[in-house]
Amino acid sequence: MKHLLDTHGLAYDDAVRLLDTAETMADVLTRDVPKLPALRGRTVVNLFYEDSTRTRGSFELAEKRLSADSMNVAAKGSSVSKGESMRDTLLTLDAMGVDAFVIRHAVSGSVAQATGWVGAHIINAGDGWHAHPTQALLDAYVMRQHFRAHGGTDWAGKTVAIVGDIKHSRVARSNVWLQKTLGARVVLVAPPTLQPAGISDWGVDVVTDLDEIVDSADIMMMLRVQRERMEGGFFPSTREYAERYGLTPARVDRMKSDAAICHPGPMNRGVEISAAAADAANSLILDQVAAGVAVRMSVLYHLLGGTDEEN
Amino acid sequence: MTRTAEPLLVLDADDVGRAITRIAHEILESNHGPDGLLLLGIPRRGVPLAHRLAEALSTAEGVDVPVGELDITMYRDDLRKRPTLPVGRTRIPGSVDDRVVVLVDDVLFSGRTVNAALDALKDLGRPRAVRLAVLVDRGHHELPIRADHVGKELATKASEMVDVHLDEVDGTTQVVVR
Repeated sequence: MKHLLDTHGLAYDDAVRLLDTAETMADVLTRDVPKLPALRGRTVVNLFYEDSTRTRGSFELAEKRLSADSMNVAAKGSSVSKGESMRDTLLTLDAMGVDAFVIRHAVSGSVAQATGWVGAHIINAGDGWHAHPTQALLDAYVMRQHFRAHGGTDWAGKTVAIVGDIKHSRVARSNVWLQKTLGARVVLVAPPTLQPAGISDWGVDVVTDLDEIVDSADIMMMLRVQRERMEGGFFPSTREYAERYGLTPARVDRMKSDAAICHPGPMNRGVEISAAAADAANSLILDQVAAGVAVRMSVLYHLLGGTDEEN
Repeated sequence: MTRTAEPLLVLDADDVGRAITRIAHEILESNHGPDGLLLLGIPRRGVPLAHRLAEALSTAEGVDVPVGELDITMYRDDLRKRPTLPVGRTRIPGSVDDRVVVLVDDVLFSGRTVNAALDALKDLGRPRAVRLAVLVDRGHHELPIRADHVGKELATKASEMVDVHLDEVDGTTQVVVR
């Protein structure tokens, strides 16, 4: 694997290998010396054009745990704020000798473009509405742990519901492709205004009524409602959204006993997810954060752990 | 250059069994008994060998010596020179601190695997002592590393291959040179 840009087109075997290696990495993180020498001498730049706490933080920690040298470049306080183009920024940093770029950018498709500008490995840390592959991988990681803890055999026969603003969500898209590849039945739940054009071609079920799926789903993945959507006329009011599409305590009670709750964070408590749901015993939300470092270590290892020559 | 000769059988299943029994007794002798021992197999074939050694120790002393596995993939010194290798899992029963760790592998050749294992072990804790048991020492060491317990020393040419087959992995137990 040279780059990780999207979960669309990620082969089943590669996805499973990434999840398996993440388990090894999670073991390492529990040790007194939670460090591996695998990426010694490698240099990784985290280039973030959008704010991020958990993604950037966990990438940085993952790089350090694997003994890579890492550098953070944020749009604020760099030449980016002086108007330097993304291409020039990449070429400048590349000239310093960089093995991989971890990039987040607000424009869909921009991260994939970077692969044509520099020879380094590129990891997409979120681009516009398009993709956020490491988030989908860590979601899959905690789901698999959950399924196994409840005697399941991974995704066979499992239904994953993704609820909320599908239209503007890279997390939703990356989860759809990955969950389908892993064998889940995916059901998207959203008001018509928050369904993207062409959703019928995604090969998943789409419903507008959350109550149709809440009793049968194995995973309820609640998406963040972004502030700008609340005022964008996509739904009548925040309160109505919470009533129709929020994971209320009443809906939590209706979930199957072995079903679990996911949220990529940051949460709007009381909007897409009630406090009771967020803190429920079957909430995997903190596990998702905890899995972030191990899953990103796995991705970094698979991209940078071997020779750079194409094989 | 490929040898045209038939693979040469060096140890058959009985020979392998006897070698393991002898190594078990050597370990007990040098450790003055089984106290504090921890066997760590290096995947792949070091792991079943470590289990066989534990069985031999149990037969000899009637105690269960803990067995674990030590994956060394990410500590290899040639990691960057080859396509990304799949990683295995390290399983340590308890801690390595203050134990007498016996690393177990099938073949000692360059010594680089053992070197990587020592590095991996260092990140896991501080054993009281580390020893090395191998089924075959075929020479051509590239590092100042030697085995404490050897099933069979083989004088080989660098170009020859030593294949260790174990029932648990290969469905048959033997050592051949080709």
